[in-house]
Amino acid sequence: MTGKDEAELSRLLRAAIGGDERAYADFLHRTAALVRGFVRRKIVQGGVDPEDVVQETLLAIHVKRHTWRQDAPVLPWVYAIARFKLIDAFRRRGRRIEIEIDEIAETFAEPETETVSERDINRALDGLPPAQRSVVSAVSVEGRSIGETAAKFGISETAVRVSLHRGLAAIAKRFGRE
Amino acid sequence: MRTEDLIKALDADASSKAMPLRSAWWLAAAAAAVIAAVVFWLTIGPRPDIMIAMHTMRFLSKFVFTIVLAATAFALIRALSTPGASTGKAAAWMIAAPLLVLVAVVLELFAVPEADWGTRLVGSNMMICMGFIPLIGIGPLAIFLWMLRYGAPTRPVLAGTVAGLLAGGLAATFYAAHCFDDSPLFVATWYSIAIAVLAGLGALGGRLFVRW
Repeated sequence: MTGKDEAELSRLLRAAIGGDERAYADFLHRTAALVRGFVRRKIVQGGVDPEDVVQETLLAIHVKRHTWRQDAPVLPWVYAIARFKLIDAFRRRGRRIEIEIDEIAETFAEPETETVSERDINRALDGLPPAQRSVVSAVSVEGRSIGETAAKFGISETAVRVSLHRGLAAIAKRFGRE
Repeated sequence: MRTEDLIKALDADASSKAMPLRSAWWLAAAAAAVIAAVVFWLTIGPRPDIMIAMHTMRFLSKFVFTIVLAATAFALIRALSTPGASTGKAAAWMIAAPLLVLVAVVLELFAVPEADWGTRLVGSNMMICMGFIPLIGIGPLAIFLWMLRYGAPTRPVLAGTVAGLLAGGLAATFYAAHCFDDSPLFVATWYSIAIAVLAGLGALGGRLFVRW
């Protein structure tokens, strides 16, 4: 199971870095499910919303994907980031958690679906400059394509891409700084 | 925002590119070496008798210590800045430089009469050594801390400390070309203190700046 995940995920991420957008969406969905399973298993006494940690991990994976060596296994990389973000979440909320490294290798994750509630990411989104915020919202919450977003705001596609990239980087940075 | 929505945004940003961390580290190392070289040449420069000194074991041994320190720290910091990378082997190699210094100190104690140990240890340059190694190393340290921000170290304070050791090894390599005190007794004492200062600054920098 884990071996299959490993082969499939590393293939997808390699393709995504090579420019295959569909592979990237696939990679992110599968990774989200794995991380969700991992995080839910680790959070036992509440205080931290697992889905917040899933989102912070996905953002970190996105802005740090240049740190993955394409010839190295991808799962240890994913779980190391997830663990870091989980510990960070507990630290921020003034709690401590013990995570044994050995357990991670044995973590199997069935796809799990997310729960809906007020998210940390919304607060981070609200802190963005207006132009970046409206572009990020249009592409994510409203589900528009780059082209549609460009048409909606009457700006070029390049400008949309730049605002989206900077907006996402700023949200990721905000999570790191808190 | 639902996770599904976030994934849409991340996917739309899939085409954004960043230099692979591994290549970026080599570039950073080259930039750091250039900065250290410039500061070295503009301030103290090599000792005038360097061509003669190069024929002595003691002078050359200094470079073995400092280059081994820099090389092992470079290997470790690259692993530390990559999530999930195994660091055990690279960490174990960090013992190499201190071990070499220790062996050299023991040999020196046998080679030199006890009455001279004190003068060898104190040398004539200790204040310059303690001032210039951190001075040459501070620019490289800033570059390495910036690289840690570019990477994703899951242990930022440790990674910052290793950044200090790397900057220290690099700076001491240049400084060794200036210094007249070639005795391992001097190197083991004052170089270590100067490099420890950089390691301390690196740890602090890791704590304060390396967030992601």
